[in-house]
Amino acid sequence: MQLADLYRDVILDHNRVPRNFGAVEAPSARVEGFNPLCGDHLVLTLKLEGERIADIRFEGQGCAISTASASLMTEAVKGKSRAEATDIFERMHKLLTDDTADADDAALGKLAALSGVREFPARVKCASLCWHTLASALAVKDVQGHPAVTTE
Amino acid sequence: MNSAATQPLVLPFDVMRVRQDFPILAREVHRQPLAYLDNGASAQRPLAVIAAVDDYERHHHANIHRGVHTLSQEATALYEGARDRVMRHINARSRNEVLFVRGTTEAINLVAQSYARPLLKAGDEILITHLEHHANIVPWQMVCEQTGAKLVVAPMDVHGEVHAEAVEALMGPRTRLLACAHVSNALGTVLPVRRLLASARARGIVSLVDGAQAIPHMDVDMQSLACDFYVFSGHKVYAPTGIGVLYGREALLERMPPWQGGGDMILTVSFERTTYNALPYKFEAGTPNISGAIGLGAALAYLGTIDLAAAHAHEHALLLHATKVLSQIEGLRIVGTAREKASLVSFAVDAVHAHDLGTILDQDGIAIRTGHHCAMPVMDFFKLPATARASFVFYNTYEEIDRLGASVRRARAMFR
Repeated sequence: MQLADLYRDVILDHNRVPRNFGAVEAPSARVEGFNPLCGDHLVLTLKLEGERIADIRFEGQGCAISTASASLMTEAVKGKSRAEATDIFERMHKLLTDDTADADDAALGKLAALSGVREFPARVKCASLCWHTLASALAVKDVQGHPAVTTE
Repeated sequence: MNSAATQPLVLPFDVMRVRQDFPILAREVHRQPLAYLDNGASAQRPLAVIAAVDDYERHHHANIHRGVHTLSQEATALYEGARDRVMRHINARSRNEVLFVRGTTEAINLVAQSYARPLLKAGDEILITHLEHHANIVPWQMVCEQTGAKLVVAPMDVHGEVHAEAVEALMGPRTRLLACAHVSNALGTVLPVRRLLASARARGIVSLVDGAQAIPHMDVDMQSLACDFYVFSGHKVYAPTGIGVLYGREALLERMPPWQGGGDMILTVSFERTTYNALPYKFEAGTPNISGAIGLGAALAYLGTIDLAAAHAHEHALLLHATKVLSQIEGLRIVGTAREKASLVSFAVDAVHAHDLGTILDQDGIAIRTGHHCAMPVMDFFKLPATARASFVFYNTYEEIDRLGASVRRARAMFR
């Protein structure tokens, strides 16, 4: 277990300069993710055009792991269909929680950088918060009635 | 012979000797010697406590207050002996004023439900301060919802200090209760409780002091403080978890109805009528945490074997050293800069979230607390989602604090 496995360069970079930070105007879905014990808090907004995620953004505050995970996630799912995004969510869930999952899943691309998190069980909830928030956002189409998501 | 033989020697606190009493301090974490700087969350146990609990479990366990057999009598004697030890440690007037509870949180809930709830009318006020732990906020909010009473919050300043005048200004004709921390868990601030309690009493306001963070660091004397309720947890003062104390003035406890009903708190029960047991048993329904109470008694007895004045002076020296070491780190901000603080330092580091800091320090064998410290209103006040908190007791060393400083610098370099 090495710190460098957790805080890889790509993670430090996305923490320093988060991509797609902010809010989508007139979103199709807006869901809040909140880990009250940590204080990690994010608001995910996305715009669907048909089945495709035309735009997705996040804002809020959190540790490097949760910020980088959200930033990498928005890059990965933007432009993808709902089914493709759900597939990425499932792969990520496996990557973060299953020790036997392939840490170099080619389908995940840059997201594989988050695989070091599973060696730090206390931090898995940081990396997974945005993903569960995304799953909730994709599950319902209209902007109303999304309960807040937590991974604690 | 020189004159030293005839003059009393003033010995510095022997921290290395005292560390021998705490076996866990010898372990390693991630192949580094453990530097345990999370004492504000829970302190470690000395051998004396581990041995007392072990001896009870091996040789004396039975239910208390019930059996005529030998083991039950021995267990009862040990449990009640622990109550006497607590009574002496906090200088209560009577053992009837010392109630065993699960911890600080349960003690406050007991007072809220058994003392405050029957008394409060709509429009009455409970006065707390801005820096309270959630355990000294939420039970009062619950009782306010139940009674229509109002929660009034006294302010703190940018240093995290609560000024007596500001609290006194809010003591009004409808104030029924003052509930405040003795020491802030998130900031380390020592509150001016002696003055606050005197002011409250002069106005006929009953007071509760949350002593969870004070009990390990200072002498806590019920007679000189003159408070009505004082509450603390055993595990912050070297005892096991799951045991704590509610001190209450006997006249108040007498008037209060029981909180929970069950065995041990009754004198007679029939289906028509139950009569309650006397203090302190009226508030101890069911089989209590016997081994925990014995552990707490042993912890306080252990404190009696060390030079507590020197231990507290050492803790203060650790606070000054930590403040100096951390202040020298660029981009680090100490949160809570009251003039009088207990031995803990809360801080935030630019561009390094507290949780990342916690993970990095852990890799260096250093245990600190990160998060909101169950004091979200304090975090909101300082506009921080979380802080890192290093909290010290007498078994900590300057070297551990130097390691903390080096590790924080390393974290900062990583995130630059």
